[in-house]
Amino acid sequence: MFKALVALTTPLLPEDYLSLVDPLWSTTELRGRVVAVRRETARATTLVIRPGRAWTGHRAGQYVRIGVDVDGVRHWRTYSLSGPEGGQDITITVQAVADGLVSRHLVDATPVGTIVRLEPAAGDFVLPSPVPSKLLMITAGSGITPVMSMLRTLGDHPDVVVLHSAPTADGVIFADELRARGAVVRHTGEQGRLDLAELDVRCPDWREREAYVCGPAGLLDAATAHWADHLDRLHVERFTPPARSAGGEGGTVCFGDREVDVDGGASLLEAGEDAGVLLPSGCRMGICFSCVLPLRDGQVRDLRTGEIHGEPGDLVQTCISGATGTARLDLPTT
Amino acid sequence: MTAVLDTPTGTPTPPVRTVASRPSPVAAGLTAAQVEELGRRLDAIRDRVVASRGADDAAYIHSVIRKQRYLEIGGRALLFAGVLPPAWVAGTAMLAASKILENMELGHNVMHGQWDWMRDPKIHSTTWEWDNTSPAAAWKYTHNYEHHTYTNVVGRDRDVGYGILRMSDEQPWRPYYLGNPLWNALLATFFQWGVALHDLEAEKIASGEKSLKSIWPQLKAIGRKMRRQFTKDYLVFPALAGPFFLPVLAGNATANLVRNLWSHAIIFCGHFPDGAVQFTEEQLADETRGQWYLRQMLGSANLDGGPLFHLMTGNLSFQIEHHLFPDLPSNRYAEIAPEVRALCAEYGLEYTTGPLWKQYGQVLRTINRLALPPRVAGSPPASR
Repeated sequence: MFKALVALTTPLLPEDYLSLVDPLWSTTELRGRVVAVRRETARATTLVIRPGRAWTGHRAGQYVRIGVDVDGVRHWRTYSLSGPEGGQDITITVQAVADGLVSRHLVDATPVGTIVRLEPAAGDFVLPSPVPSKLLMITAGSGITPVMSMLRTLGDHPDVVVLHSAPTADGVIFADELRARGAVVRHTGEQGRLDLAELDVRCPDWREREAYVCGPAGLLDAATAHWADHLDRLHVERFTPPARSAGGEGGTVCFGDREVDVDGGASLLEAGEDAGVLLPSGCRMGICFSCVLPLRDGQVRDLRTGEIHGEPGDLVQTCISGATGTARLDLPTT
Repeated sequence: MTAVLDTPTGTPTPPVRTVASRPSPVAAGLTAAQVEELGRRLDAIRDRVVASRGADDAAYIHSVIRKQRYLEIGGRALLFAGVLPPAWVAGTAMLAASKILENMELGHNVMHGQWDWMRDPKIHSTTWEWDNTSPAAAWKYTHNYEHHTYTNVVGRDRDVGYGILRMSDEQPWRPYYLGNPLWNALLATFFQWGVALHDLEAEKIASGEKSLKSIWPQLKAIGRKMRRQFTKDYLVFPALAGPFFLPVLAGNATANLVRNLWSHAIIFCGHFPDGAVQFTEEQLADETRGQWYLRQMLGSANLDGGPLFHLMTGNLSFQIEHHLFPDLPSNRYAEIAPEVRALCAEYGLEYTTGPLWKQYGQVLRTINRLALPPRVAGSPPASR
């Protein structure tokens, strides 16, 4: 049946015509439509998105990659899903970053009706099954978003301790709902940052609880140190901006037959995309390996560590690798 | 019609000459420094457009895609009622317009990478396939690379005559070329098939540059594409119409014919009207960026018309601007054309342009003249 339809639409696909009626009918691209926009704080907005039928759902705590057109250009970013498991729609809650092109666009300039591109939900920062009887959630800033998905999914779980931090009272995302769920919200601007040593007072049985921590790198590092003897109880989600290396050497990298000059601080992915090369990409933070390309020759530099590495045939993560002299990468065959 | 690009500084030179030329930094009466300055000023125009690409441009291409697809759906639907003459005429016209838009404003331009900056895999030079018997990959090689790099260089730019026509005084005359007008009429009629076969570079097999075996995968790709295109327009859609098989078949064939004639005319008006200059291979040696720009400007010709006309030519009516900046979005050529024209005036370069009937008349006259041996046909018209 599909083949017969393709004979009518070749060289295009039936969906290229069906998308005129509803873009969500695409089968080659998972798309979603923004159906509601909710202001959370001065800097944060929740977008309710109705995904196409190919959406397979998510587990509380997982993230989604979302492709957004900003000033005509497609950008992909990763955001935690903030809504409960199940249901027809998904939600993301985005907090604008000062120089964040995409986050500011999503927070301030994304009206209802906008079409976005999606990838299936992913991530291991999820509740185990069955749900543990005692839980501890420690979050800061926008790190609340995956945990809010868990709290909303848990409903009236009898024993969840939530310690959330935000700089000011105005900046607390989900403030009313957190209060209603009995969360302890700390305003770090007045009270300073949470010292995990306080846990012995605030949550004396923290060692017995399954702990979920999401926030800035400093909090995650502190938690990893604090739980050193109970690491099996600790679950962390790291959301850090793309790694930059001011000291990168830069060089010239061939993507297929396209030669691109790569500045020292730029990732191969950014440099390639800026030059118009269509590259696979993923989380842009070095964790999902969606962006890997096989290295044909030369070497690359890990922007996070400065390590120079690479053997022919290695799969290079282009989002966190920079140039060091010349290298050639093979593009995926389409 | 080959230019002498070596003349004393400051002397205005008619760019059209019949003698072979020599490599030279001095072009069309300009000093080497002036040519490079011209190049930098063209670079500045390009940089400005690149920096200002944005949501409006994206909205433009999305809107053209939408209109083209609605036209196609509407045209094919009307053709199902094609036993009624008004429906047949309207359906065929809509389908022809859709195919012209699809080939020229969409296919040609998207495959140039004009819209790659949007990073939309649906509108990208690496993924686009067009409603034409020539497969995208082969087209991108012969067109984007060969034609746009070696524009109007006789012997290197295979668009000069498509291997079957004599389009330059530099091509030695043979009795075969007596058929020049006939070969051209056939090429125009079957233009999409001609372009597909053109991609095979069959003459390189004759000359031994390519082996028959090496073109086998290409031949298979072309065959597959041709079969799909043929099946769609001449079997599946007519069959769907049941008893109205023939009106649909005739409508589809007419739409393809109209598209062929139109695109052939527009494309030939891009480089072969009087005033457009051809070049020799020696002139390619050590060519600088400025000289490359100059060759594109002198070798291309524009067409005058209104916004709808420009759209239906895929903005190839701005052939000069397109050849200077083949990867800038086509909707921006109209905006930069006055600046390019002013630059031409400032540097004393001819900016060849004219209405379609006049330019195509000149092309046909040249095709007829070149059918005859030089001593019978006489010299080409000098610069206008």
